[in-house]
Amino acid sequence: MLKQIEGSKAVAEAVALCRPEVICAYPISPQTHIVEALGVMVKNESLKKCEFINVESEFSAMSVAIGSSAAGARSYTATASQGLLFMAEAVYNASGLGLPIVMTVANRAIGAPINIWNDHSDSLSQRDCGWIQLFAETNQEAADLHIQAFRLAEELSIPVMVCMDGYILTHAFDRVDIPDQAQVDEYLPPYEPRQVLDPENPISIGAMVGPEAFMEVRYLAHVKQMQALDLVPRYQEEFKKIFGRDTGGLLRNYKTEDAETILVAMGSLVGTIKDTVDELREQGHKIGVMTLTLFRPYPLDAVRQALLHAKRVVVVEKSISIGLGGILASNIRMSLHNESIPVYTVVAGLGGRGITVKSLYDMSIKAMSDELQPLTFLDLKKELVERHLIREKEKRRTGPIAESLLKDIGPIAASKLQ
Amino acid sequence: MVYVPIKFYQTGTFTVGNRLLDEDQRSIQATMDRHNSLTSGHRACQGCGEALGARYAIDTAMNVTNNQLISVNATGCLEVFSTPYPETSWQIPWIHSLFGNAPAVATGVAAAMRVKGKDQIRVLSQGGDGGTTDIGFGPLSGMFERNDDVLYICHDNEAYMNTGIQRSSATPPAARTATTMPVGPEPGNEFGQGKFLPAIAMAHEIPYVATATVADLRDLEIKVKKAMEYRGSRYIHILVPCPLGWGHAPHDTIRIARMAKESGLFPVFEAINGEITSVLKIRNKVPVEEYLRPQKRFAHMFGKTPDVKTLARYQGIADRNIRKYGLMDE
Repeated sequence: MLKQIEGSKAVAEAVALCRPEVICAYPISPQTHIVEALGVMVKNESLKKCEFINVESEFSAMSVAIGSSAAGARSYTATASQGLLFMAEAVYNASGLGLPIVMTVANRAIGAPINIWNDHSDSLSQRDCGWIQLFAETNQEAADLHIQAFRLAEELSIPVMVCMDGYILTHAFDRVDIPDQAQVDEYLPPYEPRQVLDPENPISIGAMVGPEAFMEVRYLAHVKQMQALDLVPRYQEEFKKIFGRDTGGLLRNYKTEDAETILVAMGSLVGTIKDTVDELREQGHKIGVMTLTLFRPYPLDAVRQALLHAKRVVVVEKSISIGLGGILASNIRMSLHNESIPVYTVVAGLGGRGITVKSLYDMSIKAMSDELQPLTFLDLKKELVERHLIREKEKRRTGPIAESLLKDIGPIAASKLQ
Repeated sequence: MVYVPIKFYQTGTFTVGNRLLDEDQRSIQATMDRHNSLTSGHRACQGCGEALGARYAIDTAMNVTNNQLISVNATGCLEVFSTPYPETSWQIPWIHSLFGNAPAVATGVAAAMRVKGKDQIRVLSQGGDGGTTDIGFGPLSGMFERNDDVLYICHDNEAYMNTGIQRSSATPPAARTATTMPVGPEPGNEFGQGKFLPAIAMAHEIPYVATATVADLRDLEIKVKKAMEYRGSRYIHILVPCPLGWGHAPHDTIRIARMAKESGLFPVFEAINGEITSVLKIRNKVPVEEYLRPQKRFAHMFGKTPDVKTLARYQGIADRNIRKYGLMDE
């Protein structure tokens, strides 16, 4: 059914259609509206046979999900930013134990300085944790990916993170086609666990494993996650048959067939990039954009095939590996490791800074004439940075950096900045 | 069933022969159909109080639930010595997730049982004092506050034994640990620190809180049985001496545990909905010195001349407990 609906609400409705049995909730912006909406559904009994538990931290949210999943219940939670980091130990534990929990990550920056706005630092910080990571471009995709996520997680016994941009998607009202229950029931079979805590058949889960088998356990985690590379396109096809929408898959290409320059990005940013591509195409530039829906497992070969014909690749990412540069870009480079195709890294939109068509346009023009620096920070306020670096040379006690910069852009100081 | 203590002082110990008791008073551990939930072959040290307490507690819970029990274990000695796979000692469904999240995992298991309509399956969660009073304290308080249907058992051996005897918030004053060495003007752990978790559990006004020691195993069994009669959060705190960490002979585990209770240093009681309802009285009061002296972790208090000042401070703690919990008849 078509609805004009907030992204969070759409995701909540999609999750509810998946018949979750245990939902653990801990508030953190911008994820909160999702669990709030689910809480209403459980309390007014429109979502039946579901336990909604208000926990005291994200660490406990994931831990409760570990317990309920190990006991055979379909388990869901949502988090963001600091919350994901606070639960990190349990995030690794869930995948290590092979528990098919589904979690929404409403992508948000990580502090300090504290910042509630969108970038991808949170989920990318957990890229090696053994969870499958899907990235949504639109709210429709966010809703649909959750339905696929439960199927994928439970088939492989691997937890899945569905990543959607905080505020930009979670808080945006958009047209979303919410499936009906019969469709979801047809697509998603009941959860049949590979391991379950059951007094009739007692097993030990979570025993200590030493050097004699740890490597093999980890190797299997890798092998099993790689199976998602086959399953994701298959589930995409089956989804299309039942729901009539082409959602999911490994990656998507937009006007890349003859493109000499291919931009790469994940999440809602892709919409803005498509507009930029359209504008550049009108002017005759051979440019396109490739977007990853599946970030983990990383579709190495599919990315290679998608980019091989390009003269250059520009990765625009809302994340930074401090001391190196791009996170997504480093992955993309792996796909092109034997090729002489330059891969530029453009770090953009950190902490919610707007990414405009104009900035992307200017950056693309530079890239197409190979004038772009290997690592570029889009719309970086250079004078602000330089002013602080000078300050650090001039005196020892410069105080906290964040507060110094805020002072500099305040109305009084800014007037002296000229 | 009301617990009526039977005093068999004539045997010279507090041991009660089962054959002398009525059928319903006999210990579960002594029955033919005890479950051996934590079965033999595990790798606990000789004289391990925790292995003993866990065995009695879990077998009791198994007995009263008709073997419908799932156990969640925090990281720690109990987890490590019982599961170098494939030699698991657990004859019950058992899960270990992390050090600090056992109460939350147990909450999840309980939620799953409720949603699946398997209310007859009960959930037990266990941890050492580090996992309970320190790193798992937040999740435990959350579990208590929500009154989730879990019995949590803390096996308190008063330090992080598994990592090599470091101080926890349950380590008593003056005790030597690897992080509170007996050096400097005030050797050992500091006075005026630490927490007594049973009192904090009571502050949550959960249905049932009890303390016990491995010196009174029948008392422990009865408390576990009672705890299982309630729904909601229940907490049992068992004092389990550790020969390795406390520095006493393995055969003295039970004697030491008894002296902890008989000195008044460890009050043994029950509380329902946050109010104390019964106290195990001291039978033969012993001065704290008698409890402390056999333990090497307090050896620095007993050089050529005993540290009278510290001993007096210690006796003060015991006397305060006796007053506060009414451990002796007036």
